[in-house]
Amino acid sequence: MSRIADAFADGPGFVPYLAAGDPDYESSLAYVEALERGGADVIELGLPFSEPIAEGPTIQSAIVRALEAGMTPTRYFEFVEDLDVDVPLVCMTYYNLIYQFGEGGGPADFVRRAAEAGIEGFVVPDLPAEEAGPLREACDAHDCELIFIVAPTTRGERLERIMSQVSGYVYVQARLGTTGARTDVSDRTAESLERIADWDVPKAVGFGISTGEHAQRVIEAGADGVIVGSALVDIVATGAERGDPAVTVASKLEGKARELKEGALRGATGNERPHPERT
Amino acid sequence: MSSHTGKFGEYGGQYVPEALMPAIEELEDAYERYVLDNEDGFMDEFRERLADFGGRPTPLQRADRLSERYDVEVYLKREDLLHGGAHKLNNALGQVLLAKYMGKERIIAETGAGQHGTATAMACAHLGMPCEVYMGRRDINRQRPNVFRMRLNGAEVTPVTVGRGTLKEAISETMRDWATNVEDTHYVIGSVVGPHPFPAMVRDFQRVISEEAREQIRERAGRLPDSVLTCAGGGSNTMGLFAEFVDDEDVDLYAVEAGGSSLDVDEEAGVAPNSATLSTGTEGILHGSRTRILQDRDGQIMESHSVSAGLDYAGVGPELADLVDRGRVHAVNVADDPALEGFHRLSQLEGIIPALESAHAVGYVEEHHDELGEVILLNVSGRGDKDLETVLEETHGRDIEGAPDINTFETTGGFQ
Repeated sequence: MSRIADAFADGPGFVPYLAAGDPDYESSLAYVEALERGGADVIELGLPFSEPIAEGPTIQSAIVRALEAGMTPTRYFEFVEDLDVDVPLVCMTYYNLIYQFGEGGGPADFVRRAAEAGIEGFVVPDLPAEEAGPLREACDAHDCELIFIVAPTTRGERLERIMSQVSGYVYVQARLGTTGARTDVSDRTAESLERIADWDVPKAVGFGISTGEHAQRVIEAGADGVIVGSALVDIVATGAERGDPAVTVASKLEGKARELKEGALRGATGNERPHPERT
Repeated sequence: MSSHTGKFGEYGGQYVPEALMPAIEELEDAYERYVLDNEDGFMDEFRERLADFGGRPTPLQRADRLSERYDVEVYLKREDLLHGGAHKLNNALGQVLLAKYMGKERIIAETGAGQHGTATAMACAHLGMPCEVYMGRRDINRQRPNVFRMRLNGAEVTPVTVGRGTLKEAISETMRDWATNVEDTHYVIGSVVGPHPFPAMVRDFQRVISEEAREQIRERAGRLPDSVLTCAGGGSNTMGLFAEFVDDEDVDLYAVEAGGSSLDVDEEAGVAPNSATLSTGTEGILHGSRTRILQDRDGQIMESHSVSAGLDYAGVGPELADLVDRGRVHAVNVADDPALEGFHRLSQLEGIIPALESAHAVGYVEEHHDELGEVILLNVSGRGDKDLETVLEETHGRDIEGAPDINTFETTGGFQ
């Protein structure tokens, strides 16, 4: 079993997201490391792209801050190498950056360099299963996972197509729309999980989870993990706005991460439904 | 050329978030049934509405004074006379009608110069559909008359403030809205860009331009033209005008792009001072398809520039990119200054105030008429009312032949 799938084996996985380099390189290193101290099992690390069509305003602003602070694909790989964390890292970015890297014209150079730096998986929101062949091949060549998103609108043949491609975990989009913290957890989560109940990869639910209570409910609904981005990025944004010292922001991030992880753990304790992986 | 696979050579495809894929597949199915197979008489109704509401066919006019000036035959396809003042209505009407056939309840669109937004707002008012149009803050400021027209037609205009506030940001924002409301909403993409089936479908709605023009010029000139020219931003009027001529190998096709202030690129600042995607762009993935785009070495999308908001876009239709690669279409470009000159030239010699987009094609003919053969067909893709403020501002301080003395307006109070 890969380190990524393994991260969900002993209870619910907590998968936080931050954009690398937001609001600057050094602070961002400290913030990502704080997530691990707070209980992260896998970390999704965003590589900023100028046209993030799947992101809501919170993450889009984070991407703008990171780009303005000089984040590039090359710098991103250095960032990954500079990070002092043990949990598996997943690179979340858009396909054009993957496609253009190195000699260009394909994903091979990007995946090779990412794997060298320590990335173990990829989430590419604008790359549907139909167009993912070349990236899948590159991932296989470097033992990396290719994680796909299943949306509330995904049904029928599309589910089959994604199931045949996905590895690591499946990212279950809790509701329609873009990323962004919400005050409620969609009713569609349970329905979405139901549809993929027999898949043999962990199911991690994202989009709109912002509190420990949300995390608990998502796990109670049958998820194997929770993915949280905007609620954490909000903390970075507020810190950057106020000019708070990085250590203060890092400590808030660690606290929030802990709240989310503990929520997820509570959800597992109260959850008597058997997980498919463990039966 | 492809309608079914969504691929044009290396280009095209569907690069969108998973949440949108079912909607794209649904649209693909509707495109094949209604547009390609005329199911339920869709295309008949579309053509009827284009005639009655849109005012088609638009005329083909022999431009006598331009012809005399260049000593060639110049014919103008007058899309500026289509209802709303631009070719954009062909596509907007087609897509809004299609959305109705599909049972959608809400229309969203994005707009740069405002022509597509206006056309969509008009089509929605005509067909009774609620409409929301996303527009960059900067474009709202430079295209106020169109913003007002959209609102008059009952559309909601939502400003987009991120980035530089132009078309590419508006497209990203509209995709976000679509991803949120995909179940009951149709996104009317304004050009031959985006994921399949948009590039093929928009071309098919715009194809009427070349169907008419081809027949009209045979009637008027007794033959096919030597050269067919039109401006190219995203490429919808371009593909509309080229579609029926692509198989006529003796006809030269020219896509005239915005050369802006320079073809040089400031890689460091991530800025291209032009919108000449076909001439200077490289292959990449933007807004749902693989095509030529303006990007830096890392693949970040560049800010583009043109004096014409309607051409100011970092991407281009995948089919057009393929036709250029295959050598079937000449990608050429015209800088801001000669485009402004083209604007004044057509206004003064023919009494037609063209959109700044179309003025690029006029500017190209002015500079290259010797190379274009004896019979030239030029698309006036839209009228220039929306651009008057920009032209007033941009002409000032430049040495442009044939331009009126702008200071005269200022001392008499200008357009106030």
